[in-house]
Amino acid sequence: MAGGSTTTVGHSYPRMEGRAKVTGRAEYIYNMRLPSMLHAKVHRSPISHGRILSIDTSEASAMPGVHHVITGEDVKKVLPEPYYGPAFHDQPILALDKVRHFGEPVAVVLATDPHIAETAAQRIVVDYEELPAVFDEVEALTSDVIVHEELKPAGTFADLKHLAGKRDTNIALDYHLQHGDADKAFADAEHVFEHTFRTQQTMHTPFEPMVALADVRNDHATVYSSTQGPSFVRFELARLLGWPESNVRIKTAHLGGGFGAKVYVKVEALAMALSLIAHRPVRVALTMEEQFYTITKHPSTFRIQSAVDKDGKVIGRKCEVWWNGGAYADIGPRVTQKSGFTAAGPYDIDNVAIDSYALYTNRPPAGALRGFGIPQLVWAYESHTDIIARELGIDPIAFRKQNILRNGRPQAVGTIVKDGEFEAVLDGVAERMNWNRPFDKGSGTKLRGRGVGLGFKASISPTTSSAIVSVNADGSCIVYCSTVDMGQGSDTAMAQIASEVLDIPIEKIRVVNPDTDVTPYDMSTLGSRSTFHMGHAVRLAAGDARDKLHAMAEEVGMPEGSNAPLPELFIRKFGMRAGAIVGSANYIPEFSPPNYDTGQSTNATPFWMIGATGAEVEVDTETGQLTILRLVNVCDIGTPINPIVVETQISGAAVMQLGFTLTENMVIENGQLTNPSLADYKIPGFFDMPDTMENGYIDAVQENGPFGAKGAGESGTFGVSPAIANAIDDAVGVRISEMPITAEAVFRALREKQGKPLEEN
Amino acid sequence: MGGQKKTIGFTLNGRRVAADIGVHQNLTEVLQEEFGLFGARESCGQGLCGCCTVLVNGIAVTSCLSLAAFADGADITTIEGIADGETLSAEQDAFIETGALQCGYCTPGFILMTKQLLDENPDPDDDAIMHYLSGNLCRCGAYPEILKAVKLAAQKRKAG
Ligand code: FES
Ligand code: FES
Repeated sequence: MAGGSTTTVGHSYPRMEGRAKVTGRAEYIYNMRLPSMLHAKVHRSPISHGRILSIDTSEASAMPGVHHVITGEDVKKVLPEPYYGPAFHDQPILALDKVRHFGEPVAVVLATDPHIAETAAQRIVVDYEELPAVFDEVEALTSDVIVHEELKPAGTFADLKHLAGKRDTNIALDYHLQHGDADKAFADAEHVFEHTFRTQQTMHTPFEPMVALADVRNDHATVYSSTQGPSFVRFELARLLGWPESNVRIKTAHLGGGFGAKVYVKVEALAMALSLIAHRPVRVALTMEEQFYTITKHPSTFRIQSAVDKDGKVIGRKCEVWWNGGAYADIGPRVTQKSGFTAAGPYDIDNVAIDSYALYTNRPPAGALRGFGIPQLVWAYESHTDIIARELGIDPIAFRKQNILRNGRPQAVGTIVKDGEFEAVLDGVAERMNWNRPFDKGSGTKLRGRGVGLGFKASISPTTSSAIVSVNADGSCIVYCSTVDMGQGSDTAMAQIASEVLDIPIEKIRVVNPDTDVTPYDMSTLGSRSTFHMGHAVRLAAGDARDKLHAMAEEVGMPEGSNAPLPELFIRKFGMRAGAIVGSANYIPEFSPPNYDTGQSTNATPFWMIGATGAEVEVDTETGQLTILRLVNVCDIGTPINPIVVETQISGAAVMQLGFTLTENMVIENGQLTNPSLADYKIPGFFDMPDTMENGYIDAVQENGPFGAKGAGESGTFGVSPAIANAIDDAVGVRISEMPITAEAVFRALREKQGKPLEEN
Repeated sequence: MGGQKKTIGFTLNGRRVAADIGVHQNLTEVLQEEFGLFGARESCGQGLCGCCTVLVNGIAVTSCLSLAAFADGADITTIEGIADGETLSAEQDAFIETGALQCGYCTPGFILMTKQLLDENPDPDDDAIMHYLSGNLCRCGAYPEILKAVKLAAQKRKAG
C-alpha cells in the first residue's frame, strides 16, 4: 500500500486545531469547571521513607470553607483495595501506613475555594517514624532498605505473574536476553572494552499540568482528564470500583503536552475516590511543582562491555542496565524489557547478553518519557562505541558502518530487521555534516569537536487500536478514535488518512476528542505508536465505510464511476438528508512473544524507529563552557503522513533531549528535592538552541505501515546526548560519562586530565 | 482567602467591565473565573514561562504574578482580543502557517510577545527576536518554527 500517488496523505496540512490554539480558545481539561465542584489540594510527605504514626486533620477541618479532609484510611472505606498501577498494583491512592518518596500524597482537603483548600492542606499535621531511604539504583540492589515488603504484580501481564508474593527485594523485575555465546566471544576477543555510564532523574514538565475532574454519581463515574490513555484509565478505574467498564467514562481534550507523563493513571484515581466520598464533582489540578513528585524519567546505570576482533568487528557485547524506578513501578518494568532488548545498540553483533533490572528506590516514581528508556541506553552504547573507535584509531562513522545492523540481519532479540534504514540515517547525518571534509578544530582556549550518535527503538507490541468512521448525509465525516492529540498533530494525520481513503476533503472531516463512551478502545497514545496503529485502524475503518458507500450506490442504481456526490446518494437511499454510513476496524499487528529464558522472538516489533544526531561543539577550556555550534538530526520515519508536522516532531524531540543532556536534573539533597520549579530546573529556552539546527528524514517506506508511515515522535531524541559527549571528546579529549553535561562537569574533567583535579564539593 | 473583596473596573479587549474579586487573586484567575477567558493560563505560576501573558496598558505582563486588584482602571488585552472578528492577526496567521505550535499551551504568550515586539521593531533580526522572546518557554521545543513565524509575521504586517 506504500508509495503510489496520494492527494491528502503526504502533504503538509496545517494543524486542524491551529486556529483554536492561536486564538486561545483551544479546549484543555485544565480549563474545565463543573457546576458545584470542589477543589482538591494535596498534603504531601516531606520525607522520603517513613511510617505514618498519626494524621491530625482537626485544624484543617475546622477552617471555614473546608468541606472534607480525606486520608488514605478514608479512601480504604470506599475502595477496599485502593492500589493501582499498570504493571504492579503497588501505588496507593493516598498513602497507607507508609510513605515511600518525598512528595507522596498523604491527605487531601476539599473546598469550594482553591485558596482555602491550599491553606488548609498546610495545616494537616502528620507524625512519621522516619526510616532510612535508598536513592541510588545500584545501592538499591543490595541495600537493607526495602521499599516494598512484597511485590504485587498486576494480573494483566502474564510475564509478571511469577513475581507475585516475592519478598524483601527492591528488584521489581529482571529481564535477560541471550543471543549467541557472549562469554565465548569475550574469550576469543582481540580487544575488550568496559565502561559505565549514568543518567540523572528528569521530568517531562508538560505545560498543562496533570489534571482530572471526577463526577461519580450512583453507579456511574465520569472523569475528565488530561490523559494520554483514556482506555487504560477507564480499565483501571473500573477495576478499582469493581464496576463494568461501561459505567466509567473518561473524556479528554487537547493536551498541553504529555511526553509520557500522562499515560496510565496519574491523578484520575484520586479524583474519582474523592468524588465518591464527597458526593460532588472534584477537581484535582496539580501545579508545576507537584508534577515533579508524580512522574519522572528513570535515572540509570549501564555497564557495557564489548569484545572486538582484530579487524574492528564487534563480536560480543554484554549489557547490564539498572533502572531507577522510584517508589512505585508505574510502567518501569516495561521499560526494563521493551527497551532493554535494544541495549546492545544498532549493530550486527552475533553474541549478546543483556541483563536489565527495574529497581525500587525512595525517589518519585519513574515511567515513560519520550523514548521509553531508549535515550538512556543510546547515551551509553553510543558513548562506548565512540570510545572504542577512537581507541582503535578508526573513524567513528566508519567503525559504526562496519558493524551496523542491516535489513535481513537479526537484531539481538532474534527478529530479522526489515525496513530499518540504519545506514542511510547515519549517512544522512554524515553528509549534512560534511564528515569527510576537514574540520576546523579551533585554537587557544576555544577548541572544537564533532561527534555522532545513532539509536533505535522497537514499537511496544502487541497493542490494539480501534476506530470508527462515520460519513454523514451531507458528505461530511467524523472520525472516532481514542488517540489523544497532545501536540504531535495526530488529529490532523488521522483526518488526512480518512480524507485520503474516502476522497472527502479534509475540511469536511472532524476528529472527535477521545471519550470512552464514544470513541472505541485504544491501548494508549505513547511510544510513537499512533501513526502506525491508529493510522491503520482509521484507514481500515474508512475503507469499511467506503465499501458500504459503494454498496449503497450500487443499491440505489448509482454504480461506480457515476461519481454522484455523497449527499445525493444519501437522499436516494433515505429519501431525505438522513442516515449515516459507519465503518469500523480493529488493528493489531503480528507479534511473537519472546522466549522467557532467552528473550528471543522471531517478531518482536512491527517496525523500528531510527534516529541519529551529529553535533559540532566548542569547548572553552578555561571554564568548561560548551557551545553547540550545530546539531543535525536525521530519522527514518518511513514515509510521512504530514511532512511539516513530522519535522517539528523531530526538532522538538531533539530540543527536549538537549535539555536532558545539558541542564535538566532533579537534585536531591538530604532526601529532599531542591529544585521542583522551572526557576531551578532549567528547561531549554531560545538561548539554549544550537547556533544552527537541521532536521530531516530519509526517503524510506515502511512497507507494513499505513501509506508507508511509522512513528516519529521520539526518534529525534535518540542520538543527541552521546553525539554531544562524543564531540566534547573530539574537541578536548575528555570523556563525560554522566548526564547532565554541565560546564562544571566538563571543567572538572579537563582539570583531571591536566592532573590538577578539583576538590569534590 | 475568602476574605477581603474589592470591586474593580477595567477595559478588557476593548469593552468596559467590572468584577468583584478577592484581593489575593491574581489576574490569570480573574480572567478565567470571572470572564471565561482561558487563553492566559497558568503553568509555572512563577513568572518564568510566559503562558499567562496578557497586555496591560499595552505592555506584556505575566498575569500569574499580577494581582488582579492592580488591574483596576487598566486597559487589558488578551489573546482572545487580538483577532479582528473572524480575521486573525498577522502574528496568529504566521504561527499557523509556519507550524510554530505543537500543544499550543505556550502559543498565546508567544503571539502576544511577538505582537509587542513588532509594534516596537517592525524588522527584527534573529538576535533581536530571540532576545525579546527569551522570557517565554515552549516545552514542545517549537523555537525554530517560532523564529520563522515572527519573521513571517513581520512580513505580513508590512504587506498588510
Ligand atoms: S504561569 Fe505565569 S509565567 Fe508561567
Ligand atoms: S507548543 Fe507546547 S509548550 Fe509550546
